Amino acid sequence: MIRITVDGEPVQGREGQTIAGVLVGAGRTAWRTAQTGGRGVFCGIGVCHDCLVSVNGVEGVRACRREAVDGDRVEREVRP
Amino acid sequence: MRVVVIGAGIMGAACALALAERGAEVVVVDRVGVAGETSSRCEGNLLVSDKAPGPEADLAIASNAMWRDLAERLDADRPAGQPATEFEAKGGIVVAFAGGEAALERFADAQRATGIRAEAMDAAALAIAEPFLSPEVARAIRYPDDAQVQPSNATQALLATALRHGARLVIAEVTGGLGRPGRLAGVRTTAGPIAADVVVDCAGPWSGEVAARLGARLDIRPRRGVILVTTPMPQRVFHKVYDSDYVGAVGSGDAALQTSTVVESTPGGTVLIGSSRERVGFDERTGVAPAAAMAAKAVRLFPFLEHTTLLRSYFGFRPYAPDHLPVIGPDPEVAGLVHATGHEGAGIGLAPATAELVAHAVLGTPTALDPRPFLPSRRGLRETA
Amino acid sequence: MRHVAILGGGPAGLAAAQGALAAGARVSLIDEGDRLGGQFWRHHERLTDPRLQHAWHRFERLRGALAGGGAQVLVGASVWSAEASVDGVRLRAVVGDADGDGRSAIDVDADAVVVATGAHDLALPVPGWTLPGVTTAGAAQALAKRDGVAVGRRTVVSGSGPFLLPVAHSLALVGSHVVGVHETSRMPALAGGWLPRPWELAGKAGEFVGYVGALARHRIPYRTGSAVVRVLGRDRVEGVVVARLDADWRPMPGTEREVACDAVALGHGFTPRLEAALALGCAIDGDHRGRFVAVDDAQRTSVAGVFAAGEVTGIGGADAALAEGAVAGFVAAGGALDDPRLRGPVAARRRTHAFATRLERAHGIRPGWTSWLDDDTIVCRCEAVTRRAVAERADVPLRAMRLATRAGLGPCQGRTCGRAVEAIVAESGGAAASVGFDRRPVLAPVRIGELAALADTDPRT
Ligand SMILES: Cc1cc2nc3c(=O)[nH]c(=O)nc-3n(C[C@H](O)[C@H](O)[C@H](O)COP(=O)(O)OP(=O)(O)OC[C@H]3O[C@@H](n4cnc5c(N)ncnc54)[C@H](O)[C@@H]3O)c2cc1C
Ligand SMILES: Cc1cc2nc3c(=O)[nH]c(=O)nc-3n(C[C@H](O)[C@H](O)[C@H](O)COP(=O)(O)OP(=O)(O)OC[C@H]3O[C@@H](n4cnc5c(N)ncnc54)[C@H](O)[C@@H]3O)c2cc1C
Ligand code: FES
Repeated sequence: MIRITVDGEPVQGREGQTIAGVLVGAGRTAWRTAQTGGRGVFCGIGVCHDCLVSVNGVEGVRACRREAVDGDRVEREVRP
Repeated sequence: MRVVVIGAGIMGAACALALAERGAEVVVVDRVGVAGETSSRCEGNLLVSDKAPGPEADLAIASNAMWRDLAERLDADRPAGQPATEFEAKGGIVVAFAGGEAALERFADAQRATGIRAEAMDAAALAIAEPFLSPEVARAIRYPDDAQVQPSNATQALLATALRHGARLVIAEVTGGLGRPGRLAGVRTTAGPIAADVVVDCAGPWSGEVAARLGARLDIRPRRGVILVTTPMPQRVFHKVYDSDYVGAVGSGDAALQTSTVVESTPGGTVLIGSSRERVGFDERTGVAPAAAMAAKAVRLFPFLEHTTLLRSYFGFRPYAPDHLPVIGPDPEVAGLVHATGHEGAGIGLAPATAELVAHAVLGTPTALDPRPFLPSRRGLRETA
Repeated sequence: MRHVAILGGGPAGLAAAQGALAAGARVSLIDEGDRLGGQFWRHHERLTDPRLQHAWHRFERLRGALAGGGAQVLVGASVWSAEASVDGVRLRAVVGDADGDGRSAIDVDADAVVVATGAHDLALPVPGWTLPGVTTAGAAQALAKRDGVAVGRRTVVSGSGPFLLPVAHSLALVGSHVVGVHETSRMPALAGGWLPRPWELAGKAGEFVGYVGALARHRIPYRTGSAVVRVLGRDRVEGVVVARLDADWRPMPGTEREVACDAVALGHGFTPRLEAALALGCAIDGDHRGRFVAVDDAQRTSVAGVFAAGEVTGIGGADAALAEGAVAGFVAAGGALDDPRLRGPVAARRRTHAFATRLERAHGIRPGWTSWLDDDTIVCRCEAVTRRAVAERADVPLRAMRLATRAGLGPCQGRTCGRAVEAIVAESGGAAASVGFDRRPVLAPVRIGELAALADTDPRT
């Protein structure tokens, strides 16, 4: 079991899951703000860039490709 | 008067509009269509800051002023589907690192004498204007007249407006000339012959090749430039910010890779990092050297860029003449042929003034600009041709 | 000793590595994923339900061959630049956490390269497809396999091709209720592709029938000539509209009905990942309906020393990828195409190519799909560009259209929308572009600082 925070809220996942896996497993579908509203996972394999999040202060991380690590601080990105 | 304009880049589009508005019957011929080449593979800087005193600076100052009215005119009453020019007079800031202050100040002094506005900025003003700029910057000068357009969209807007003034676009390749040697009477194209009283060569980096097909001699060469684009992000760059080593590279004829850093953000949220200069013919294999060098210099200017992501890179070929001046006016050997090319890294900025000079050459309409320094008959061009 | 680099660790790349080792080469295999296996064998040791894996023994054999042959295996390595010259091939990668900051740079210089970068889903736009809860079929599969999670509680699967079946099956196994699988192609097309000359299908038809049976056991309806033509919901998926389609994939009026669900998985085929091949200068065949790396019988591309295998050369599934990879790796290492050791792969390739042609006949995208779009349906997801905006600029060169509308200019660089945008341009009378949006000199995201580091340290830059 691992714990990460998403915009400050704790979320639990299984060890080894991607950040997208943790979020989807926790019932979340949207974690980025795009021009038209929320977005989350779309392609699941790093192609579409819909799932971008900031992780521990680093912008532009594809949640579907990054393995979640206990304690990761995940933050929403808003498309300017 | 019937005029064939070869090329639907910024130059051909601007000339087509100027000629059509002044009553000429215009046919634009391009082998790929509007804005398919250099004018979509560049940046849209309308700069005075990088111009050393001289004829090109004079042309740039005039053209910069003309862009303001032109962009407003193009954007007003824009029909559906015609893109906005995205004209923005955001101003430029040229900065020097320790050791470069004196050269920058000398350059700015000389520019002021020609009428370019160049304002020294103190550290406090700079911190407000560009809060994310490197604290190591030693001197900064603001050029309030530096502006920009989205060059591809501006080209499309110019041509769309020309078409509304009666110009026609033919998508075909120009393969040769009509008429007898020394007197051009139109062009042969892959879509058939097109007769004309005057032919205007706006074929950008290919204008030397086109001139040859029309029986004329013109030495225009390509100079490759690469540009980097980051992913969209919250805005952290507010003006066009250049390293003052830019000034050195523009006029240099050196073949080896040169880079000079220009950093700015776009309305889409990306940051553009330009650009490199290399004389390698039309070689499309850019390798990573220019990108790496530009990235390093951009990070030196804006340290936050280190952590941002490169989204894409693109390249284009600047059309340049051996003496690094635009070539505008009648061909000295072939009657009925007018050139508008060789603008190197400033064709977007120089397009409106060039179009006025072309109208002057073709239709005899008045101009306050001095055409002489740019004439194709000038010695600097002939000697090497 | 000849050094062969292999870009991609899916079925094609793994088979290529094995082939190159067998022919006596030194091998470096590079993949951006955390693990080998590509899309077909995507897995995680503790999270993957073994019922979701197929031909796993084959993967273990290939992995074993790599280890036994002393291949250099680089995973978590994103190749962002590929160059071919007379001296050979250079791949540049950053290695470390996905999209990390300050990953380490690795260059691989080799005598030959096998491009085995695979494909990603082609999901056609549908009104409402930007709502959270809509994913590609491949995403549903990847999340099920790799992470053991379901994209939704009630999922509708829609698109075309046999891939929809394992996706639905996986969803069911990870606990989603699959409301229905909607195969857009109609029975006559499916029969035309699947029924004649069954021997060519070499078990494929049996696999297909097997999945249909599995769906039946899970009580998942499989409908043909039917598709999701609209996704409903305010802030997330609340349902879909499905309709019956004619042979050209045009929805038939009066057949629409609403279905409640909280997830939609769309997959209308696959788009090859061509950027590395294009960067290396390889010739490409086809147009926006399907564009692939051109290869000869020995999987050679138009560029000396550059080979291609797997989905980048045509969509034929994992068996085709394995066969092509085996040939490509062996020949890239200097082996001969008529070597007896290639007899098996060459025969397998012949069979799988016949299968690929039939797949296209049965499931290929038909032009009528654009009629399920509204004028204001977003086509380019990244930049929120509508169908209308694209159609209005269809008459200018693709490059100019892109800059005017921003379609394909966003973070995914047209990977998601490229084919759809090109189809709308073509339908609106625009000229075709040779490689569309597929030319992407930056093959994978790289940080500006990682790039800048090369200027300081690499004397060759
Ligand atoms: C990297 C880079 C950055 C730049 N940045 C700036 C900047 O910030 N500001 C600025 O002002 N300028 C900039 N420039 C320069 C600017 O892009 C050029 O000066 C300008 O675009 C040239 O326009 P053009 O119309 O002459 O050429 P093009 O846009 O190339 O148009 C020429 C047209 O001629 C057509 N053609 C050629 N041969 C034939 C034929 N035989 N038959 C029919 N048609 C033919 C081509 O298809 C093409 O459409 C930059 C250039 C580069 C490469
Ligand atoms: C999301 C998804 C899921 C799929 N699941 C299945 C399935 O369950 N069953 C099935 O039969 N078929 C599945 N397919 C179809 C699948 O494409 C083929 O069956 C098979 O995997 C193709 O093999 P390949 O070796 O050609 O490509 P892939 O398996 O796609 O392998 C290509 C590899 O190249 C790597 N790569 C690409 N570009 C780079 C780069 N620049 N740098 C480093 N590495 C790179 C990728 O990470 C990938 O691992 C799936 C397809 C997708 C898109
Ligand atoms: S979901 Fe497409 S990149 Fe992550």
